[in-house]
Amino acid sequence: MVLELFLNAVVAGILLGGFYAAVALGLSITFGQLDIVNIAHPAFVIVGSYTTYIINESLGLDPILAGVLATPIFFGAGVLLYRFYYVSFERTGQESLSGLAFFFGIMFIVEVVLIMVYGVDYRLVEADYIGKTISFGFIIIPIRMLAPFLMASVMTLGVYLYLSRTFNGRAILAVSQDRLALQLMGADPVKIKQLALGIAVATAAVAGSLLIIIGPVEPSVGRLYIGRVFAIVILGGMGSIGGTMTAALMIGVVESLVATFYGPSWAPAVGFIILLVTLAIRPQGLFGRA
Amino acid sequence: MAAVFIAGMIFTEVADNEFYFFASYVVLQAVIMATAWNILGGYTGYVNFGSAGFFGVGAYTAIALHKAFGLPLPLLILAAGAMSGLIGLGAGYLTLRIKGVYFAIATLALAIVFETIAINWEFVGGASGAYILTPEEFLFFDSYIEMLFMLILSLAIGSVVVARYLSTSRIGRGLAAIRDDEIAAECNGVPTLKLKLISTSVMGAMMGVAGAPYPFFVTYVDPASAFNLLIAVNAIAMPMIGGTATWLGPVIGALVVGGMQEIITVTISSEMNLLVVGVMLVGFITLAPKGIVGLVQDYLKKRRSR
Repeated sequence: MVLELFLNAVVAGILLGGFYAAVALGLSITFGQLDIVNIAHPAFVIVGSYTTYIINESLGLDPILAGVLATPIFFGAGVLLYRFYYVSFERTGQESLSGLAFFFGIMFIVEVVLIMVYGVDYRLVEADYIGKTISFGFIIIPIRMLAPFLMASVMTLGVYLYLSRTFNGRAILAVSQDRLALQLMGADPVKIKQLALGIAVATAAVAGSLLIIIGPVEPSVGRLYIGRVFAIVILGGMGSIGGTMTAALMIGVVESLVATFYGPSWAPAVGFIILLVTLAIRPQGLFGRA
Repeated sequence: MAAVFIAGMIFTEVADNEFYFFASYVVLQAVIMATAWNILGGYTGYVNFGSAGFFGVGAYTAIALHKAFGLPLPLLILAAGAMSGLIGLGAGYLTLRIKGVYFAIATLALAIVFETIAINWEFVGGASGAYILTPEEFLFFDSYIEMLFMLILSLAIGSVVVARYLSTSRIGRGLAAIRDDEIAAECNGVPTLKLKLISTSVMGAMMGVAGAPYPFFVTYVDPASAFNLLIAVNAIAMPMIGGTATWLGPVIGALVVGGMQEIITVTISSEMNLLVVGVMLVGFITLAPKGIVGLVQDYLKKRRSR
């Protein structure tokens, strides 16, 4: 009985962890590669959820498809955000702390605007597969967890291939390490960072659609993800996509076990506690470049 | 400072609309929070996103001790200050390993951890919150809220006095050295760890002190309100809008933003007031990083040089 509970919790945790990777992916690019502390990323994910909700409700499209359709708009928003950030902070060289407070303010504004427009009611999407389950013996897998896991894996793999195989992708990996060398290779650092933040925000659209498939969403849900995603990115070694995926799966499993054996109200603290311990003991993460 | 206190006393005698006291209480609480945040954020250069955590710990320490032993408010305030001060001390030791943006994120994590503990602590009501009964007697004041008003006014004056002392004394110069270049300060013999511990402990204690009377002010507290993100946002926004360089900045920021919030909440809506704070924070960080005090100083300088 305990074993069944344990195995079910582990499987649920892996599925949850895959989804966390999708949420952390964008931050892994901005924070890990560009040193832009985009604390507002979880808020953008919530915007992705609401966009999905609107498309699903008005056009009846599949939520995941809706999320993918929204990516170009999110990409554009990310590009504009970087332009603004660059002109206001990066160019004047006071990015770290002012930039952090800036994104903190953006996060708050996004949340308040969502509350003003949609209220604090929980919103959800409709699709045929939500609510169905498959079972293997005593292990029960809800499709509303499996579909996000698969989509998250596809997206993470896609971003990984883009970053490691294409010229622009490799330029993104290089930009925080050596600006000058990048310029000598014929790439404009500002344009590359702009592209990277665009991609990072675009992943929030898909991650948001996955979030609202997993469960109903209201504007302040995003806050709980701040600890999780930063824990994942730092534990994963700042910007390594493989590390991010591994760390996300770990946190998913630990949270799921805590929720099963100690009660769901303790689960949100797991990510934050792991984050604090990581920062205090091993700030370079498990797979980090020291 | 004494003049402000006397003015407050006169205010309790003259004003009879209770709303003014409620509004002033909120603004004065904001003065304490902003002043406390600035001791670490402005003087020392460590950004704290977890102000709501220290505030909430203060509020919940007061609730727990009130429920367990029925202690009077002044003792509760002392205990809450000690408790949050200790947590501040712990956060100070964190700065040994965690610097810059990592410290800011760690404080945010700290706040959520304490909120989760409060949610799971049944003795103080858990997630559904706790009620506090207001006492029947209120010393020599006309009403309960007038007493709370004078209490928070005294606490606010006390905080500002401490903050001003810290900024003008040797400690303040040490803190400024840490803010500008921690490694250089350490090399020049500035006892950085000791100063940082003073800074984080005083900040934590002040926020705890601000949180302790809060349950008695609202009479009903749940984790969502005591650890509200708005408290953290205000604690950052007010010093940044007022100006972080001096002890005066946070006070001006708190009075301007806090006063505006009260007016907007009453005349438009409470959501609008949240939006305005967010927009003002982003606007001031991007356009006027030195805040209102900085703007006024620049203006005065320009006029003098003309």
